[in-house]
Amino acid sequence: MCDQTFMAATFGPCDSCGKTGPLMNIYIKNEPVNYCSFCVEVMAYRGLQKGETLETLRQESDTLKKKLEEERGKLNDVELHQVAEKIEVVGALSIKTRRVLKGHGNKVLCMDWCKDKRRLVSSSQDGKVIVWDGFTLNKENGVSLPCTWVMACAYAPSGCAVALGDGLDNKCSVIPLSLDKNENLATKKKSVAMHTNYVSGCTFTSSDMQILTSSGDGSCALWDVESGQLLQSFHGHTADVLSLDLSPSETGNTFVSGGCDKKSCVWDMRSGQNIQTFENHESDINCVKYYPSGDAFASASDDATCRLYDLRADREVAIYQKDSIIFGASSVDFSLSGRLLFAGYNDYSINVWDVLKVTRVSILFGHENRISRVCVSPDGTALCSASWDHTLRIWA
Amino acid sequence: MPIINVEELTDKDKALMEVNQLKLEVKLERWMTSKCCEEIKDYIQAGVEEDTLVKGISEEKNPFKEKGGCVVS
Repeated sequence: MCDQTFMAATFGPCDSCGKTGPLMNIYIKNEPVNYCSFCVEVMAYRGLQKGETLETLRQESDTLKKKLEEERGKLNDVELHQVAEKIEVVGALSIKTRRVLKGHGNKVLCMDWCKDKRRLVSSSQDGKVIVWDGFTLNKENGVSLPCTWVMACAYAPSGCAVALGDGLDNKCSVIPLSLDKNENLATKKKSVAMHTNYVSGCTFTSSDMQILTSSGDGSCALWDVESGQLLQSFHGHTADVLSLDLSPSETGNTFVSGGCDKKSCVWDMRSGQNIQTFENHESDINCVKYYPSGDAFASASDDATCRLYDLRADREVAIYQKDSIIFGASSVDFSLSGRLLFAGYNDYSINVWDVLKVTRVSILFGHENRISRVCVSPDGTALCSASWDHTLRIWA
Repeated sequence: MPIINVEELTDKDKALMEVNQLKLEVKLERWMTSKCCEEIKDYIQAGVEEDTLVKGISEEKNPFKEKGGCVVS
């Protein structure tokens, strides 16, 4: 192995072997170091096949991506809105604010409906988690976790517990709900998941026994609630994962995640395998949500667009965007039939899109700060939105 | 199954992960877009009549209707 000829900007002792000589300035894990050419060679060979350097991998990646686009393009024979041409336009919507839920002292970061279609749980940056009755505005339960940002919350399928994702503690905990309003629920909090960075999203799977979490550490994970054991971990994102959603299909054992690497990935829950990846957005993906049939999903991004991806066609089939919409979209959800897509934006509004015709049907105004989450109730009768203006609104 | 922290991965690790994933994805079986869009359209058409956010709902039946005051008649 002979030395390559290279431009030496530095001369001195090598950071690795200590020998004095001309040094190459390289970066290892984003730290600048100075290695002599021998040590650079040794480093390049470590763990990889001969000849595989970062450059060759990147080139291979680009070639494969072009091939993937080609393969996907071969089957793209029609646009979604063309298929929908003969369908009648959605009439004027009669949706307006029916309830304003006040009680949080800081930005409301997340909310989730209970399967009973009237209760909902919301969590805030002030560490408070509140369970509301959506019909009466009654606050049924409240938990105060003073030193945390509760970035994610989810209702258990049974309605008897809630899961909370912690932005500072990096944990996801489960709290059983009690009928006794005076009981201090914070003491019954049970830590289930442990990540190495903030927990951005959490959801129960089909039962109260398992939770799925997404994290700023770039991974998603499946946990057993009872034992706190890690059942499966999902690696593939190259930056923070901001959102995840479980497939609604009964036979489905998959979930989708989206993150700061602008990618959305579909995963097999049992094997941990990444099945499909989509890289069309131009900025962070803030939210991903499955289509009601489970065959497609939508994503909302800081690039001010929402996109629909069909899983069987393995491609993006629609982009919901307008020149006048320049603020990032933070959250999306579908109406019951999948005809409407509700998207919350950083310009304080919620845009309602016609999924088939790929046009905007309506705008819902009312919040006085960014929308952090929109969620349609389980029976499709109402939409709930959570905002940085400390309130939640129910629209119906 | 180790938990990773994405900040600890080198650029080379990330690139290798990406290449391996792409190799798998290129081989996936895909459907024609026209077929998939038809299915989405059919799914919606089947469910849209029940979708109260699209069709609207009468005030009496709306569980979230505004709580009215009492009217003396």
